[in-house]
Amino acid sequence: MFEILVNRELAPGIKLLEVKSPDITKKVKPGQFIVLRINEKGERIPLTVADKHPERGSLDIIYQEVGKTTRELGCLGKGEFLLDLVGPLGKPGEIAKYGTIILIGGGVGIATLFPYIKAFKKAGNKIISILGARTKELFFLEKEIENLSDEFYITTDDGSYGKKGFVTDLLKDLTEKKIDLVLAVGPLVMMKAVRQITKPLKILTWVSLNTIMLDGTGMCGSCRVTVGDEVKFACVDGPEFQADKVDFDELIFRNQRFSKEEAISLNIYNEKCGNKRCPKN
Amino acid sequence: MSKELVRKSMPQRKAKERIGDFQEVNLGYTEEQAILEAKRCLQCKKPLCIKGCPVEIDIPKMIEYIAKGDFIGAIKNAKEKNALPAICGRVCPQETQCEKLCILKHKGQPVAIGNLERFIADWEASHTTNSKEYNNKEQSEPNRGAKGIKIAVIGSGPAGLTCAADLARMGYEVTIFESLSEPGGVLRYGIPPFRLSRGVVDREIEYIKNLGVDIKVNMLIGQIKSLNNLFAEDYKSIFIGTGAGLPRFMNIPGENLNNVYSANEFLTRINLMKAFKFPEYDTPIACGKKVAAIGAGNVAIDSARCALRLGAQEVSIIYRRSEQEMPARDEEILHAKEEGVKLFLLTLPVEYYSDEKGCVKKARCIKMELGEPDGSGRRRPIPIENSDFEMDIDTVVVAIGQSPNPLLLHSTPELKVAKYGNLVVDEESLETGIKGVFAGGDIISGAATVIEAMGAGKRAASSIDNFLAKK
Ligand SMILES: Cc1cc2nc3c(=O)[nH]c(=O)nc-3n(C[C@H](O)[C@H](O)[C@H](O)COP(=O)(O)OP(=O)(O)OC[C@H]3O[C@@H](n4cnc5c(N)ncnc54)[C@H](O)[C@@H]3O)c2cc1C
Ligand code: SF4
Ligand code: FES
Repeated sequence: MFEILVNRELAPGIKLLEVKSPDITKKVKPGQFIVLRINEKGERIPLTVADKHPERGSLDIIYQEVGKTTRELGCLGKGEFLLDLVGPLGKPGEIAKYGTIILIGGGVGIATLFPYIKAFKKAGNKIISILGARTKELFFLEKEIENLSDEFYITTDDGSYGKKGFVTDLLKDLTEKKIDLVLAVGPLVMMKAVRQITKPLKILTWVSLNTIMLDGTGMCGSCRVTVGDEVKFACVDGPEFQADKVDFDELIFRNQRFSKEEAISLNIYNEKCGNKRCPKN
Repeated sequence: MSKELVRKSMPQRKAKERIGDFQEVNLGYTEEQAILEAKRCLQCKKPLCIKGCPVEIDIPKMIEYIAKGDFIGAIKNAKEKNALPAICGRVCPQETQCEKLCILKHKGQPVAIGNLERFIADWEASHTTNSKEYNNKEQSEPNRGAKGIKIAVIGSGPAGLTCAADLARMGYEVTIFESLSEPGGVLRYGIPPFRLSRGVVDREIEYIKNLGVDIKVNMLIGQIKSLNNLFAEDYKSIFIGTGAGLPRFMNIPGENLNNVYSANEFLTRINLMKAFKFPEYDTPIACGKKVAAIGAGNVAIDSARCALRLGAQEVSIIYRRSEQEMPARDEEILHAKEEGVKLFLLTLPVEYYSDEKGCVKKARCIKMELGEPDGSGRRRPIPIENSDFEMDIDTVVVAIGQSPNPLLLHSTPELKVAKYGNLVVDEESLETGIKGVFAGGDIISGAATVIEAMGAGKRAASSIDNFLAKK
């Protein structure tokens, strides 16, 4: 059982969960994730570790309430427990001094970006951050990331904040300078669009892939993705991959494998709690 | 003693009824049936059956007790060699082990050793665990943790459980580290409850806990702790029983389409996560109406029979050799046929086709014929030219084998790994390249059997005891 220390809203529908696990906290590195299960009847879901607090032996996980499980997670309060928490999972990112790095975060992907930005900064890189979201109120960790960045940009789809448009619109301009690495985390279509820009320019580009996982330990192949002519398991071979060879279209299909079942689950859940987000937190 | 040649058949539920749920197919002998079956045993002077048993249960002795109606005597006798008799009685391939060598096989039918083993274990559970009699006695065994020496066991499949049980009985303080949320390995996530009820698995694991073994779940060793971390935490020796959990694929076009699963994913969703109870349980599974399981081992048959129970209308096994070469247990093949699973033999899928939503809708297969025997002694399947045909299917479960679990091995470069990913150990002692680290089960052999994994766990336990005695 894993104790919840904090579970609070950062932006509408986006929450930060701090959960206690001294063993995982000791080992986790940027880019790694955990798999959690709320209770006996729950499903296992992977979530990236956004930060850690060694002094409290705890981790931060930032998640968006989209499906039944994340909605249910959002209803848990301080002092309650998660039944299962496994990690750290996946390969850590390769942190080194590359030079100038563009870090792109879309939506809740910003959470995954945060530990990278900290680590890359510490390794002596020049940090250019681009954060994108649908609308102004959906940003979080904005100040923290801005403080770590040498250049900092915001885009919104609706123009309510920062530049109107997509992160890729900005990326185009920024790649006129010499860029040593691009790391993009966000929706698959966004990462694919980033690759579209950086590939012809031959800029080394990494993406962190969110796939459907089950065990998260390399035992099932639920998370498989085609990279070049090889099939990889994102949970153990990733979640970071070099973007140029990733078959995004296949993965976009694969991520809809259970959309019918997910909708059924969510509907039942919504009916039960009157279609409202949990007011507790 | 009666020399009756016909063995008592296992009472079982009707096929129509049993495919409607995930409850056990076999019902087990009654006391009368067990005694009658036991009386068929000739009590051979030189019993061959024992030689066929990888953990060398004193089978004639066990059967003698049953014939006399002393079921407690029988179970104690079996448990001296086998910590998990209720499981082995259900899943061991007896027809290639003890029952294959039974002298009566040549005269008619061998003694139903597996059925008897299952009977005494179940009898014990229903007669003694209720009163806690047996467990309490074990619990109060004087040498529990007496040696004050800590040992770490990685993986809680049959290999790890057996090794832990033996070490605990010797007086060691044993901790099992398991990465999944529940202990049992394949017994938990792989073998479906209609073959091995979860009550049985729980019961056997409870027994091992009562020996004083501590089981820590959610611990993926290699990631959360390294072997060096474990030594630093004062574990004096380590056993690796991490199994063969890496699913193999055929690498043919269309294999990543939706509704194409590895057997591990399909079975884990169902058996560990209880997706068959969706939406009461949250884990989903999408299973269509026309399902093909590729392969012919226990894993393929289990997948096919699970699909039936999820409501599939047409379930086929596609296998590139003939029925004779099917590696699954005889009973499973028989049960699958009774339940309506079709066998497409001498057939190999070569490509899957997609519908507009990225979901598999068709397989293209070719027909095979058998040529000369290959390295495994089985006749090699050879494709027949221009024999392509198409099959409508909407779900595929790839069950062509699993390789040893690479995660811990990759994160521990000192461990030597052979060509097919198997962890290399000393054949006698089962010690790995690292001093004090031993291994056994599917991680060293590749996917094999429950009882072989248990046998290895036992051997490793005695090697660990020797190793620590010498220190
Ligand atoms: C579907 C199916 C049906 C089968 N049917 C039969 C049958 O009828 N009869 C038969 O005899 N055999 C059968 N087998 C084979 C048999 O189950 C295996 O040979 C046996 O379970 C191997 O035991 P093991 O202890 O070596 O490994 P496993 O049972 O695989 O257990 C390994 C355990 O280690 C854990 N683990 C892995 N890596 C780590 C790590 N790094 N840290 C912590 N824990 C870890 C795993 O989660 C797992 O729980 C079947 C197998 C399958 C998959
Ligand atoms: S070989 Fe058969 S008949 Fe002989 S002792 Fe063993 S079980 Fe009995
Ligand atoms: S989630 Fe099972 S192998 Fe990656």
